[in-house]
Amino acid sequence: MAVTTANQPSVHASQAPGASVKRRRPRRGQQREGVAGYVFLSPWLIGLMVVTAVPMLLSLYISFTNYDILSPWSEVEWVGLANYERMFTADPSYWRSVTVTISFALIAVPLKLAVALGVALLLNKAWRGVGLFRGLFYLPSLIGGSVALAIVWVNMFNRDGAVNGFLRLFGIEGKPWVNDPTYALETLMVLAIWQFGAPMVIFLAGLKQVPTELYEAASVDGAGWFRKFRSVTLPMLSPVIFFNLVLETINGFQGFTAAFVLSNGTGGPVDSTLMYTLNLYIKGFTEYEMGYASAMAWVFLVAIGIITAVFFSTGRFWVHYSDGDR
Amino acid sequence: MVAHSQMVARRRRSGFARGVVRTAILLAILTIVLYPLAWMVGTSFKGQTEIVSNTGLLPTEFSPGNYTEGWNHFDVSFARFFLNSTMVALLTVVGNAASCLVAAYAFARLRFPLRGFWFAIMIGTLLLPQHVLTVPQYILFKQLGWVGGDWPYVPLVVPQFLATEAFFVFLMVQFMRGIPRELDEAAKIDGATPFGIFRYVILPLSRPALVTTAIFSFIWTWNEFFRQLVYLSQLQDYTLPVAMTLFIDSSGQSSIGPMFAMSVLSLLPVFLFFVAFQRMLVEGINTSGIKG
Repeated sequence: MAVTTANQPSVHASQAPGASVKRRRPRRGQQREGVAGYVFLSPWLIGLMVVTAVPMLLSLYISFTNYDILSPWSEVEWVGLANYERMFTADPSYWRSVTVTISFALIAVPLKLAVALGVALLLNKAWRGVGLFRGLFYLPSLIGGSVALAIVWVNMFNRDGAVNGFLRLFGIEGKPWVNDPTYALETLMVLAIWQFGAPMVIFLAGLKQVPTELYEAASVDGAGWFRKFRSVTLPMLSPVIFFNLVLETINGFQGFTAAFVLSNGTGGPVDSTLMYTLNLYIKGFTEYEMGYASAMAWVFLVAIGIITAVFFSTGRFWVHYSDGDR
Repeated sequence: MVAHSQMVARRRRSGFARGVVRTAILLAILTIVLYPLAWMVGTSFKGQTEIVSNTGLLPTEFSPGNYTEGWNHFDVSFARFFLNSTMVALLTVVGNAASCLVAAYAFARLRFPLRGFWFAIMIGTLLLPQHVLTVPQYILFKQLGWVGGDWPYVPLVVPQFLATEAFFVFLMVQFMRGIPRELDEAAKIDGATPFGIFRYVILPLSRPALVTTAIFSFIWTWNEFFRQLVYLSQLQDYTLPVAMTLFIDSSGQSSIGPMFAMSVLSLLPVFLFFVAFQRMLVEGINTSGIKG
């Protein structure tokens, strides 16, 4: 499924420069090139088989069994759809993790992109120190996914952290946000938004490509800044917005490290940070229910595929590609 | 005429005012963005009592003791964790650079049956969530005897030598498309084989793409957590991210200082990379994404 959805962006790319050269070469050379092609491709092909294809097929099979990694293969039993049935009907923690993950992505991704676009617009017009600002805004994207930073983040939102220290300046007595089921996930959303630098850099590159004539023409027509933003910037930027949206949504669904650090690997407090991948880890690697974990992995894969497909099919209606370039 | 020049002047003045407002907003955002990092460094120098009482940026009493205490906080010293992380990251760099370059050359330059098909598959694997693959990979690697062996890093490193980071393959394919085909053709006329073209034309010209791949491989592996957590089970084999989680288990008040000190140290290499290659890091990655 990933292949069909991914085809779209690669249509343009799969036409290698040489593809249009319809010159017949001597047959021997062509054959030799074919052989060479597979020789050069062989590490990737082996990787595709050993690291991707075989494990995936194996896990599809295992998702229909009660495999638990500890007992020998001879004790593995075919259980049919039992794992899937349990997931959808008998496991409240599963639905909890689905809700947590979706609400995380639904809130954090749009906010992150909005901040990224806003800052990119500010930077695009600034004339001095753009490079420095851009670099420093990008820094959190480089380190934000690490355990070390997640540890700092959790402490920042803890009882004696910097956030409560700041609130005390205004006489507000905060709480240990990370231990509160109502706010724990929010602190992780803020961490995600803090890493707005990566999409911002992509927005900046996109803004550079908007022809200035369009803004001049809009000015002549008496358009104000908001009108220009709505009628020039947004449509011209829509392919980049689309690119960022797909990328960040897929990333957002996979948040693991910060949730693990905040909850010490449990998804707590009260399952409030039980991201899907964290639940997957708990089921597979601490409870050793590999059959069930495999089923969870496959549902996740299919869900990501469907979401990507929905993005690409709705993209037609709002993504504007100038002069049929793509 | 007069009205016109007045208007221009007003616009220029408002342009200046707008510039000031814009810079002020950017500085405010920058403060928010950098504050957590500054707070991390400041807190790592706070003494035990101050960590609870002083939530501000700077310690009133500067005490570097957290660093020495954190370094030897566990039975195995952090020197070992640094070494393990460095080894995994360097092997990943070498593996990614070599294997992705070779695969990219095949995709970008050679014509062979089913090339379009394999290319589509490669692009497809870009979207595969890593966490989903880790469960089945763990099962298979366990069967192969790679998990928890004498050298427990096999499952972390071997895939990197098989061009499994599709992102870097894609990045290099994009880069190679910018290398003029005439160079290949000229070499071919001089009798070069596909291997010769790779060795004497593509390899030397691909240095920028190799450097980008190497730097990002290093940083991403340095920060990577999920797979290292899954595959490493002995304390002396732990990499930095896995070792850092031990602090969470023992998070009494007394270990917060050392924990912050080790956080600072473990982020330091990435920060140094950032200082040294800032421009390249910021530009290298985004252009590869949307140039397609």
